[in-house]
Amino acid sequence: MNVILILVGFSLMVALVGLAAFFWSVRTGQYDDPYSSSVRILFDDEQPEESESKVADATRSASPTKKI
Amino acid sequence: MNEAYHGNIGYFDYFCPMTESEVHNRCFHCGEDCVSVTIMFEEKPFCCQGCQMVYAILSSSNSGEYYKLSEYPGVKNSTGEAGKRYDFLDNEEIKKEILDFSDNGVSRVKFFIPNIHCSSCIWLLENLHRLQPGIMRSGVHFTKKEATFTFRESEITLRGLVELLASVNYAPYISLESVDKSRNKSVNRGLYYRLGVAGFCFGNIMLFSFPSYLAVDDSVEQFIRQNFGILNIILGIPVAFYSGSGFFISAYRGLKRRFISIDLPIAIGIMALFFRSAYEIISGTGPGFMDSLAGLLFFLLIGKWYQGLTYQALSFERDYRSYFPVAVTLVSDSGEESILPLKNLRTGMRILIRNNELIPADSILIKGEGSIDYSFVSGESEPVKKIEGQRIYAGGKQAGPAIEVLVEKEVTQSRLTEIWNQEQGAESGPNKWESLIDVISRYFTAIILLLALVTGIIWWFINPSQAALVVTSILIVACPCALAMTLPFSFGGAMRVFGRNGFYIKRSSVVEALSRIDTIVLDKTGTLTKNHDLEANLDHLDLPESYLALIRSVARHSTHPMSLAVYQTLPGMNTMPVSGFTEYPSKGIEGTAGGHLFRLGSDEFVLGSRSVAGAAGSLYVSADGKPSGYIILKHKYREGMKDVLNSLGRKYELHLLSGDNDAEFEALIGFFPSREHLNFNQSPLDKLNYVRKLKAEGKRVMMIGDGLNDAGALHESDCGISIADDVYHFSPSCDAILESRQFRKLDSFLRLSKNSRRIVIASMMFSFFYNLIGLSFAVTGNLTPIVSAILMPLSSVSVISLITIAIYLAAGREGLNKGYSV
Repeated sequence: MNVILILVGFSLMVALVGLAAFFWSVRTGQYDDPYSSSVRILFDDEQPEESESKVADATRSASPTKKI
Repeated sequence: MNEAYHGNIGYFDYFCPMTESEVHNRCFHCGEDCVSVTIMFEEKPFCCQGCQMVYAILSSSNSGEYYKLSEYPGVKNSTGEAGKRYDFLDNEEIKKEILDFSDNGVSRVKFFIPNIHCSSCIWLLENLHRLQPGIMRSGVHFTKKEATFTFRESEITLRGLVELLASVNYAPYISLESVDKSRNKSVNRGLYYRLGVAGFCFGNIMLFSFPSYLAVDDSVEQFIRQNFGILNIILGIPVAFYSGSGFFISAYRGLKRRFISIDLPIAIGIMALFFRSAYEIISGTGPGFMDSLAGLLFFLLIGKWYQGLTYQALSFERDYRSYFPVAVTLVSDSGEESILPLKNLRTGMRILIRNNELIPADSILIKGEGSIDYSFVSGESEPVKKIEGQRIYAGGKQAGPAIEVLVEKEVTQSRLTEIWNQEQGAESGPNKWESLIDVISRYFTAIILLLALVTGIIWWFINPSQAALVVTSILIVACPCALAMTLPFSFGGAMRVFGRNGFYIKRSSVVEALSRIDTIVLDKTGTLTKNHDLEANLDHLDLPESYLALIRSVARHSTHPMSLAVYQTLPGMNTMPVSGFTEYPSKGIEGTAGGHLFRLGSDEFVLGSRSVAGAAGSLYVSADGKPSGYIILKHKYREGMKDVLNSLGRKYELHLLSGDNDAEFEALIGFFPSREHLNFNQSPLDKLNYVRKLKAEGKRVMMIGDGLNDAGALHESDCGISIADDVYHFSPSCDAILESRQFRKLDSFLRLSKNSRRIVIASMMFSFFYNLIGLSFAVTGNLTPIVSAILMPLSSVSVISLITIAIYLAAGREGLNKGYSV
């Protein structure tokens, strides 16, 4: 029966890591402006990057063994 | 100017067949109706040159995405500040104060940009490098309406950056106050930490408490109770003392001031919960109430978070410095002009004041013709004419060609600052009268403590061992969790609805103040009247009918508000071609139409000499050199003013306090109860005293004003509303800011605040009902942890949901749920 205490101990520690991650995200200002972040992910990266992405594609296909 | 009228068949043609030759289009950039002209560019309609130019800039730099993300994302540049001067940004001293840092040719600056309002704005500002590669990086903080730019000095200067932003109509708001940087608006992160801890502990404690709710094998239960109980205590400590710290501090502060706030019973409840549970667990007599404790704090903090979601971009406390420009144009003895930061301005210096620029210090006019608009300071709507040698007071704006003035008193000694400081001295307190929640919490705490005492004594005689348990049970269950949530969700919810409709409230207690007023005092100039729109009175015009259409055509070519008013008032369908059109700034316009030469403008311009015939603010007209009467121009009253005043007049006692003369007496008397309620020529001190007198009569006063001359009265009133065309610009210290175009909704706002109060009272009764049930368990000694664990969240959640729905319905009835677009 004592093993449950050890398991609980570990699970609490894992949960604490999660809490620490939350603290870190608040400290780095990720909660300061939720609206901009929600909108920013919907922006497209487009045309002017066309030439760049073409170059990127070329280099990527040139080395197929490259790790993803 | 590319002018054309729209000939396609569209929505407007079908449903509202137009007899006029000009059909109304919506501007592709800003969405407003193209009232007087429609400019076609790349097959899209625009309402004005400004919008069309922004479109041209964006489409040529491959920034068309701006228009795809939001409909009509642009904002019309209607303040008429075209060509605002930014040369002061080349001054090294000023640059140093504005920039965040500057190192090795790379500089960073943070600007407050009021026009940020949608996702397109974010996109454009963060993609500004498409318009100017020298901008390395840019980021937007939407809630604060701030944007940070990192740029290379060698490719674009600070001034260039600001001018670029202005060209796409995202001009930053640069004022003396913001340059001072001493104010620091840091976001309240502590609440998030506390909420995180409360949530974490809430979840885990619930898991550990779960076994004790189920009936399991005795030996196992014993083991679990002991060990998980200890865990619960360990988890409960951070919740009670860290997450709950805010309540303890607030209750303590209240007690020190001999004042019982709603946080006191909460603090008592937390303590009772924690210590009773700790005792039970350690002595093995029970599983404790830690889950209720954590749940309680979790919900309370959510309520606090919800309440804190207000407008970070607005400031309700405006220092007088934000009214002044950052720099002035200094004129040396040899006539050379240079930029001088305002704080370096001293007595004896000569400065140049251009059209529409503010006079920063008391001075003497030494060159030029002064036409000073003091409307913001004194409420007078007519500019005052000054000649050389006369004194000009700080706070006015020059409405005419540039003048040179000699500074007499320093900025801090000038009349504007004096008035401002005098008004700040007016007595006011954050709580003008006791709010509902304070009254309730006082009675509530008293009753609960009394009940606990009485029940404790009774139980002491029946069964002493139970007495302590019962007392703590009462303290636990009577915790006004639901009560404490009522305010953030009801008044806070109402605040949100108001904010969406252009009415920004400083804090939720103001909503309650709004619901209890019985008297309304209004200012006239700028409050009841519009600042920029004029209407024309043609009674004194002495021209044959046929000439009217010709004058209209001439007026159309000018963008001056006076010309626009003439154009809109004169009858006529088609516009005639005009040749030889010339505009003489601050004098008038002339043009030839239909073979006749027309002149519109000031008396000296049109007649060649001063005239006494028309009142000030008249536009004189001549045809072929012959004087033909004049047009009187008045500021238009705001839309819906009649309806608003009529419906308000039925429920509230209305008063008018104006700094202007009584020319409008006849027009306004119909809306007010009697002659005594209309007061003109009021000085700022007069206004302040008037409000004081009303309050002394026991009335609850709401004051609406827009200018510095209203500041004292606004402060003194029970609820002071500052009305503004641009809510981000200077407005005197107040409890709420009303966007001028939303004036017609004032009646709805007041009704909603009254309904919110009713909702609060109803929800309080509802939570009392819960309390009664809980208390019946507690008093009989039957409050087990499971009962409390069910009752508490249930009461909180149901109260929150009911209030939110109720507020939504109440707002819907007033038509306030749709909000408005910028």
